[in-house]
Amino acid sequence: MTDTIGENNKKPIGAVMVIGAGIGGMQASLDLAEAGFKVYLVESSPAIGGTMAQLDKTFPTNDCAMCIMSPKLVEVGRHLNIEILTTSEVIGVEGEAGDFRAKVKRKPRYVKLDACTGCGDCATACPVPRLDLFNGDLSLRKAIYKPYPQAIPNAYAIEKQGMSPCRNACPINQRAQGYVALVREGRYLDAYRTIKEDNPFPSVCGRVCNHRCEDACSLNQVSEPVNIMALKRFVTDWVWSKMDHGELDPQAVKWHEVQTDTRHKNVAVVGAGPAGLTCALDLRRLGYAVTVFEALPVAGGMMRVGVPQYRLPYELVQREVDEILAEGVELRLNSPVKDVPGLLEQGYDAVFVAVGAHGGIKLPIPGVDLPQVLVATDFLRQVSLSATEDLDQFIKGKRVLVLGGGNVAIDAAMSAIRLGASWVGMSCLESRETMPAHDWEIRDAQDEGIEVFPSRTFKEIAQDNGKVTGVRCTQINFRGFVDGRPDFDEITGTEEIIAADTVIFAIGQRPQVECLQGKVEMVRGRFPHVDEETLATNVPGIFAGGDVVTGTSFIVNAIAAGHRAATSIDRFLQGKPLKSELQRPPLVQLSELEIQQRAITAAQDYHIRHDTKQRPAAERKHDFAEVYLGLSEEEARAEASRCLGCGICSECLQCVYTCRANAIDHNQVETIEEIPVGAILLTPGVEPMDGSIRPEYGYGRYANVVTSIQFERMLSASGPFSGVVQRPSDAAHPRKIAWIQCVGSRDISCDQGYCSSVCCMYATKEAIIAMEHDSNIQATIFYMDIRAFGKGFDAYITRAEKENGVRYIRSMVSSVKEVPRSKNLRVNYVTFTAEGKPIPQEEEFDLVVLSVGLKPSSAAIETAHRLGIRVNEFGFAEAPLYHPAQTNREGFYVAGAFSEPKDIPETVIEASCAAAQASALLAGGRGTLTRQAVYPPERDVSQEEPRVGVFVCHCGINIGGVVDVPDVVEFAKTLPNVAYAERNLYTCSQDTQQKITAKIREHGLNRVVVASCTPRTHEPLFQDTIRQAGLNPHLFELANIREQDAWVHRATPQIATEKAKELVAMAVAKARRLKPIKRGTFEISHQALVIGGGLAGLTAAQSIAQQGFPVYLVEREAELGGNLRHIFVGVDGSNPQAVLSELIHQVRSDPRISVFTESEVLDIHGYVGQYVSTICHKDGSREEIPHGAIVVASGAREIPTRLYGYGEMAGVISQRELEAELMNGTTLPQRVVMIQCVDSRDDDHPYCSRICCTQAIKNALEIKRRSPQSEVVILYRDIRSYGFRERLYQEARQNGVIFVQFDPQTPPKVKQGTSTLEVEVLSQPEQEWLKFESERVVLSIGVEAQPGNEALSQLLKLPLTAEGFFLEAHVKLRPVDFAADGVYLCGLAHSPRAMDETIAQAKAAAIRAVALLAKKELTATPIIASVNPRLCSACGLCVEVCPYGARRLEAGAAYAEVVAVLCQGCGACVVACPNKASQQLGFEFLQIAEMIDSAIA
Amino acid sequence: MSETTFEPKIIAFLCNWCTYTGADLAGTSRLQYPPNIRIIRLMCSGAVDPIYVLKADLSGADGILIGGCHPGDCHYQEGNYKARRRIVALKEILKNTGFEEERIWLRWISASEGTRFADTVREMTAAIKAMGPNPYKQIWAV
Repeated sequence: MTDTIGENNKKPIGAVMVIGAGIGGMQASLDLAEAGFKVYLVESSPAIGGTMAQLDKTFPTNDCAMCIMSPKLVEVGRHLNIEILTTSEVIGVEGEAGDFRAKVKRKPRYVKLDACTGCGDCATACPVPRLDLFNGDLSLRKAIYKPYPQAIPNAYAIEKQGMSPCRNACPINQRAQGYVALVREGRYLDAYRTIKEDNPFPSVCGRVCNHRCEDACSLNQVSEPVNIMALKRFVTDWVWSKMDHGELDPQAVKWHEVQTDTRHKNVAVVGAGPAGLTCALDLRRLGYAVTVFEALPVAGGMMRVGVPQYRLPYELVQREVDEILAEGVELRLNSPVKDVPGLLEQGYDAVFVAVGAHGGIKLPIPGVDLPQVLVATDFLRQVSLSATEDLDQFIKGKRVLVLGGGNVAIDAAMSAIRLGASWVGMSCLESRETMPAHDWEIRDAQDEGIEVFPSRTFKEIAQDNGKVTGVRCTQINFRGFVDGRPDFDEITGTEEIIAADTVIFAIGQRPQVECLQGKVEMVRGRFPHVDEETLATNVPGIFAGGDVVTGTSFIVNAIAAGHRAATSIDRFLQGKPLKSELQRPPLVQLSELEIQQRAITAAQDYHIRHDTKQRPAAERKHDFAEVYLGLSEEEARAEASRCLGCGICSECLQCVYTCRANAIDHNQVETIEEIPVGAILLTPGVEPMDGSIRPEYGYGRYANVVTSIQFERMLSASGPFSGVVQRPSDAAHPRKIAWIQCVGSRDISCDQGYCSSVCCMYATKEAIIAMEHDSNIQATIFYMDIRAFGKGFDAYITRAEKENGVRYIRSMVSSVKEVPRSKNLRVNYVTFTAEGKPIPQEEEFDLVVLSVGLKPSSAAIETAHRLGIRVNEFGFAEAPLYHPAQTNREGFYVAGAFSEPKDIPETVIEASCAAAQASALLAGGRGTLTRQAVYPPERDVSQEEPRVGVFVCHCGINIGGVVDVPDVVEFAKTLPNVAYAERNLYTCSQDTQQKITAKIREHGLNRVVVASCTPRTHEPLFQDTIRQAGLNPHLFELANIREQDAWVHRATPQIATEKAKELVAMAVAKARRLKPIKRGTFEISHQALVIGGGLAGLTAAQSIAQQGFPVYLVEREAELGGNLRHIFVGVDGSNPQAVLSELIHQVRSDPRISVFTESEVLDIHGYVGQYVSTICHKDGSREEIPHGAIVVASGAREIPTRLYGYGEMAGVISQRELEAELMNGTTLPQRVVMIQCVDSRDDDHPYCSRICCTQAIKNALEIKRRSPQSEVVILYRDIRSYGFRERLYQEARQNGVIFVQFDPQTPPKVKQGTSTLEVEVLSQPEQEWLKFESERVVLSIGVEAQPGNEALSQLLKLPLTAEGFFLEAHVKLRPVDFAADGVYLCGLAHSPRAMDETIAQAKAAAIRAVALLAKKELTATPIIASVNPRLCSACGLCVEVCPYGARRLEAGAAYAEVVAVLCQGCGACVVACPNKASQQLGFEFLQIAEMIDSAIA
Repeated sequence: MSETTFEPKIIAFLCNWCTYTGADLAGTSRLQYPPNIRIIRLMCSGAVDPIYVLKADLSGADGILIGGCHPGDCHYQEGNYKARRRIVALKEILKNTGFEEERIWLRWISASEGTRFADTVREMTAAIKAMGPNPYKQIWAV
């Protein structure tokens, strides 16, 4: 595989894509960005941070995970050359290494990142609760959420699966799920607003809609749909009744201010039905002057004169019409428009024709002109306009027959009953089953005594002397309509006359279109022809919609037409193309399984639908009062809770109403972006296994069985129980807690034949922390082997057992059973007596924690597949042996747990290792795509009086809702040196930044105070702003009046306001004293020194050189290779010497690497970036070399053991010697006993040497491979075959390697027998003495630190561990750094580790060094110490106290100095200084003193 | 000043990395606590100069809280240990001047312990209320 490309050809692209933003992805991104590459960090979730963000503490230091991680989060979030792409995934990569094009799918977040301030008001408003996955589903969050408080980006996101089926089915896309969710929450007024968003006629549609939403409802698949229509009615009834009773201020429902005529355009709407009025309202809200012309004396169209009032009371229609008019729509009643095109000439800029279809139709049969033959539309209109006296003669006491089978026919028939008809019948073409009216409508009619005669054709109106006597008809077989004509056969011999005195035709209506004056194109001469989408006619400016276009249809369709017309007319009047390009969000389609699951969790009684009740037929048929009654509040909420919430986000828009930053955009759609990059890193991490993978432990069935990640959240102070350890079932404090190890790990029965590597340690950590939280807790851990193989891990386990009293039981739990009432758990396991007899145990615990294993997420595996990255049998992208972080595809690297389960430091190391390889590959493109911030020159303010500008933030309502912000501003103006003060809605918003810049210039400000939120997140932003305005960024101070005031004193706004004033006063007091801070820059010597020529040193040197920087490699011995020279068997059976000799060859032949063997570093002076080392060569000559960075790779050694007769008995050899024998020997030993943990894990070496288990197993396998009949026995304490090494362990057992466990208290005994060695061992747990005769006793000897480390540590001023290994800066997050910058660590000098781990760590150290060397110059951090030479007495206390070696007192110097580049700004020297000669910039004594004075004043 | 209306003023010196962040988390979690505390942010509890504490005492602060990272968690390796030693010494000195050492609290509160921060402010405010005003206030008032 190529290591560097493009040296001769085209330059590679200097950008890298990192997929997955957990700790590994973050580390790789930072390394690469620092090393001069542009980084795209792609994350599928809304925030970076990954699994580590969920952890409470980290082992083995019990550091708070969030504390150590959040500075990294902020660093990644603010890095100029890292672009974070959240809610995104890579769907494909084309091209070749160095020149890829990555296709990234950007999923909508529905929240604008640049506008969201993370204030959280939206989540308070959101009615949709969701299980909080971040908290292990133990608590709730909202559908709009920020995954965790410290999340970066600090912005909310909406969890939306798409448009819910109900909304999708509705012609006006009414947000049904939205208002249903609000009803469930009892928020009826909010629900009303949501409904009104799309529908100006909710009380109408709550009564007479055809509710396609309900037809589409997902519940249909398992039950009856949610009664959405009834809920809509309930909401309007509730709001209006509250208003009528004076309990709700009518102003509360006025969400839209009355618009003035801002557009200066006039629109005429012809027809005041649902279509016309909807259009009028929409246009009015857009600022147009709208006039509605209505021919009738009432408004509402068919809602008013078509639907009888027992179904839809008139006053409701009127009320909703009035609300529209109240917004400034002008209505002219009794104003029929005769000439629509003429309106355009009268000065209207556009016209919407929505005259409906009010023309009745009669069949062309004899007798239809008789006076007793009526038309339903006219009849119903007369009824509705109270002109019933004229009708009495036809109806009262008469037999009335209605011809038609639709809703209108039913309305006519039921109205006739109510007007006093003696008998009413209905007859129609359709069969009873196919009648267009709803079945329930027909049944209602029949209940009222209306007789139905279906399947008939009408021949004639029978008469007697000009008086109707009935209708002559024949029965038919009706097959439907063909081309608008009925298709049927008559059934002979069925002719009859249905007797009636009055006949009402209800067979359809048609529009009256004379007003179009023949200028508008028509369809079939009856309906105006319009574009279906835009409703535009052929005449520009004339639009038509509703029944006039479609013929009689449902009200909701007319409303939809009104909306569509308004949109088109608006576009028309703005001169835009009429068709808009808005993409519709995708429709949610739930699987049947999902529907069932959601139904069960939504409501226990989801199958019970709450139907509206109606008045009894006998009562209702006598009057026009409303037939259907609404739901009670209780019924409504119960009904609403049946909703499955298909879209998750209900799209109720409450967040939009609440967000003052206008950050929410529900119309965002998915986009695909193509990004050119040179290399790709996969760091998608892993996820915990589902606890139900071992059903016998009862996870999911028993409330008190939790997974380790859930327990982690339970421990967290910011978790679901605020850090109180309590049982999910009853919140009781558990006393006895059991951990069960290896759930989904080391378990081939569930295809998880690998060790998850971290569970032993995290379980121990959780046990310790739990006991720290609550000293009454007794922790028990059930395990197979304790795998504490990392640095400091064994000591941690020992402490847990000895000091904390954690009980470890080596036994696998067979089952867990819940005790019914107490919900305690009975754990079944087996122990052994001192005699080795097994005893089944059953022990009761209060809580059981399953230590679940880790696995790659299915999404990660899918991504790997899509990118052509091979994964192993478990789904991990396992790297090839000795090539950590590499994949099968060139230019693609993998790091972190996705390549093998591993803990945080190994992840960080591997991430850096992957970054190093990408950096080497793309070395030619370094620095080509990165950018640097550009600022105007800094203004010199040293001669100016302080002029402080104060900007006080409302933070929407977060601060402004509690603190009286204007009052604080007025107060600020009175403070000394304050030259300007103002308030902002959001001080952090983009426009306010510009404003601050302008105010600085306008008022000559030279100090700025912002009173808003926490400086931890926002100080850099404001500092950048004032820098843009030409001020030094450190002339800035923040007053934290949100997190530390408004949010914590919400109940006492007055006190909070006073406190805010004081906090502002304190900030101003400090600001007045602030001085500019000049950050020093330092030159860098762009080469590295690597100390140690073993595998780590060689690899580090090679990697640094490949990344383009010269290296000096210093090795004490004559030969390069270190310990690796003695290893002859690889875990795959191959000989690693081939790898070593190739590596040595490459290093020796690389012109950028100067190799010094038999040489030593005598002296090092200087500091980061500028070291000069003296090298002593073998001939005694000395050489001084300059370099910017140091890599310590001084290695370790095998302990010179004296145990088990080593060195005394022939045949007792070390694993290394065995390997040499296997390599060179002619005869193979047939009987071999291996003894583990020799001089390891004992009092002198209280740590695990990590490599010996694997070494023994691989050598055992090698013997078995060569001679299957041989006998190989391994005597061990714990087999620590972590990760995929577990496969080797399994293979060894399958191949007959015998494993015998022993207790360190009774170690094996080795004796010289007559011809062989005799080994006796007391086997565990059977307590049986076993005896083996053996040709070889092979000792797995531990690793110890180089004795020379101490001298080197003194030379470099680096700390060592108690065991003599070098101590890194931070065991978790800075595993290859030292606290002092510029020095890096790798290989056995750090701790015992395997070959591939050493290679990874060496490359990690390499890129850390390169990140430094790649810089043109170094910049000191701003907050550092400074010295006033006049005050300094050169006492040297500061030098003593500085943890970074950043204070220096040269012999004979008059004052101590600060090495700015080393100073980290802790302030220790400042406090130590007795003369106040040392000061901490940005926190100077006078500045803090002024704050104290101000605080107490 | 009568006991019932006495509202103590507590000056807090909090380290940037742990306790100040913990105070922020208390806010993010909307935990409510008494408003008597005035926070001054420093980079490290090891940067809390005893003179600041003395100055606050002498100026009349009724209570002083120093907050740092838990032992072993210091962002600057061992600044919190330095703080611990200094505060012990300082209390010893102040005892002899009549200033009750119970007015000075040193607490380890991590970035994730918003609850612990709020609890500490609650406890401390109650405790100082019970003690009454800083005696120096009256001495200087003479």
